[in-house]
Amino acid sequence: MIERLDQVFVILKHWLLGYLPQSWQTPVGVVISVVCIIGLYPALFAVTTVLERKGVARIQNRLGPNRVGPYGILQPMADGIKSLTKEDIVPTSADGVVHFLAPIILVVTVFMGFAVLPMGRNMVLVDMDAGLLFYFAMGASTELSVFMAGWSSRNKYSLLGAMRAVAQMISYEVALLLSSVVIVMMTGSLSLVKIVEAQNHYSYGLPHWFIFTPWGLAGFIMYAIAGTAETNRSPFDLPEGESELVAGYHTEYSGFKFALFFLGEYVAMFSISGLGSTLFLGGWMAPLAALQFIPSWIWFFGKLFVSMAVFIWVRGTLPRLRQDQLMNFAWKFVLPMCLLNLFVAGLWRFMGDGWLRWVVCSAILILAYVSIGREGMRRKHFGPRSYRYAE
Amino acid sequence: MLGDGILKGLAETAKNFAGSFVSKERMTTVEYPEERLPLPEASRNFPFLVYDGDDWEKGLRCVACQICEKECPPKCIYIEKSKDKKPDYVGKPQIYPAKFDIDISVCMSCQICVEVCPFEAIKMNTEFELATDDRFGGLLLDRKELARSNEYYHQIHPTEASEVDARLAEEKSKVEAKARAAAQAAAAKAAATPTTAIPSTPLPGKPAANVDARPASTAKTAEDNKNAETRATNEGEPKA
Repeated sequence: MIERLDQVFVILKHWLLGYLPQSWQTPVGVVISVVCIIGLYPALFAVTTVLERKGVARIQNRLGPNRVGPYGILQPMADGIKSLTKEDIVPTSADGVVHFLAPIILVVTVFMGFAVLPMGRNMVLVDMDAGLLFYFAMGASTELSVFMAGWSSRNKYSLLGAMRAVAQMISYEVALLLSSVVIVMMTGSLSLVKIVEAQNHYSYGLPHWFIFTPWGLAGFIMYAIAGTAETNRSPFDLPEGESELVAGYHTEYSGFKFALFFLGEYVAMFSISGLGSTLFLGGWMAPLAALQFIPSWIWFFGKLFVSMAVFIWVRGTLPRLRQDQLMNFAWKFVLPMCLLNLFVAGLWRFMGDGWLRWVVCSAILILAYVSIGREGMRRKHFGPRSYRYAE
Repeated sequence: MLGDGILKGLAETAKNFAGSFVSKERMTTVEYPEERLPLPEASRNFPFLVYDGDDWEKGLRCVACQICEKECPPKCIYIEKSKDKKPDYVGKPQIYPAKFDIDISVCMSCQICVEVCPFEAIKMNTEFELATDDRFGGLLLDRKELARSNEYYHQIHPTEASEVDARLAEEKSKVEAKARAAAQAAAAKAAATPTTAIPSTPLPGKPAANVDARPASTAKTAEDNKNAETRATNEGEPKA
């Protein structure tokens, strides 16, 4: 029974495919999975937007949307209808074709990432051997769409937003990759299914997730920072800093195309969160051996929602970084830490079992964290500001 | 250490998040159409006309003197005088506004009309939900729409309204004292010369309170009428 519930979607799909001739089964099966993914994540996006607005409101001691439906839960419907019925405006001097293609490319590439993400036991669209590589290739393509949007709009703010976005995403792409490489070093595989399997054992009822190792924790923190920057989320939301650049690269988009950008941003957050939980948090695994009776897909989506909650929490807390702070942080803190983490992961691999590697690896990472942090903040002056000219 | 500020900030927002569900005082939102904050006593929006008693048409304090119309800077008041007269709060027959319109799309809420009114007849309202789909007709308020009872005035501006009431009562008692003195003088005169002929007719709609306040005398109605006429001719304003 538990096994059945765990595999309910797989069984359902095979039952549906059983009605089809043999030669049709593979393509139709893929189409069914794709339709499920394309239907599911926008639905989650709709839920998340209202939860985010409610959550951020509560952080600021407000009520949040509460007018549409009970407790405002139908707010996304109203938003959707509004964005669908709005006029689609394209600036006269814009490059029409590129302007039209940019949101489509964004959404397509973002959804492509889900193809290799295991969302439960046996629930992966394509079990690709180079799954992680494919994911990062697709993730990097979103930069193209952002730049297409900014460039084709022929608008100063759009272009500035796009330049910022590209600078930021390329800088943090490096950190994102390097923080994930430690996992590949440890598991010896680029396949996300195999990475989850490598974490799939328990000792004393506790899971062997990679986050519970020194290099895994460091890697996860770096991954979380880089992932936040990669999805243009606050505090790294410079590309669309609304107080500086109107709306950044999607200033000139309205109606449904704007909604697509919005959707793309949130689905990218889901995707980055999903990859993060696959790499470091054991994917669809239960956090305790005793909880394994709960279906695997519930754990995957539970982890997804927890990471979304953290995204929202961080957004409600931190102010936006300045461009130089953003770049300094990427190249002077995150990147050195990631490189050091590669070394630590190698050390861990070859020091064999025992308590010594825990001490050595933790000591190296903590020492590096403290010293890089101190060095970075050495000449920084914190406290009341003094204004030279405006008194 | 690097990052402790971030953790401190996250703790602060988490505290706010959890606290917003627990303590009511944290939430400053007033859900406007359902909940309302009481308006401050000094708030004002557009003018209204005060009336005494239950019938707005009879009780309007306005005597159509047109001072407010003349003083109004944006000229949003339009008054037409009546042909007949009706008694005011002291019982003196006064003309009344046959038409009194205020165009609140023009009114700038300066309160000058209130300050110049010698009859305490026009005051500032606090009503602010005046949106209408009729841009011209809907914003032109006639005297019926402008009329509000004195009780309403007490409700919205309690301090100011009681001051006004005290002033009017004082006014009234002064007038009555004068009337009484005049009546006594007339009575003394009547005693000296037995026949007095003051041609008069009883006024219609005379307030009962006025009558009750008078000392009982044989020539009451006649005396009253005489007094009323002298006031009407001699005094420009009821204010002393």
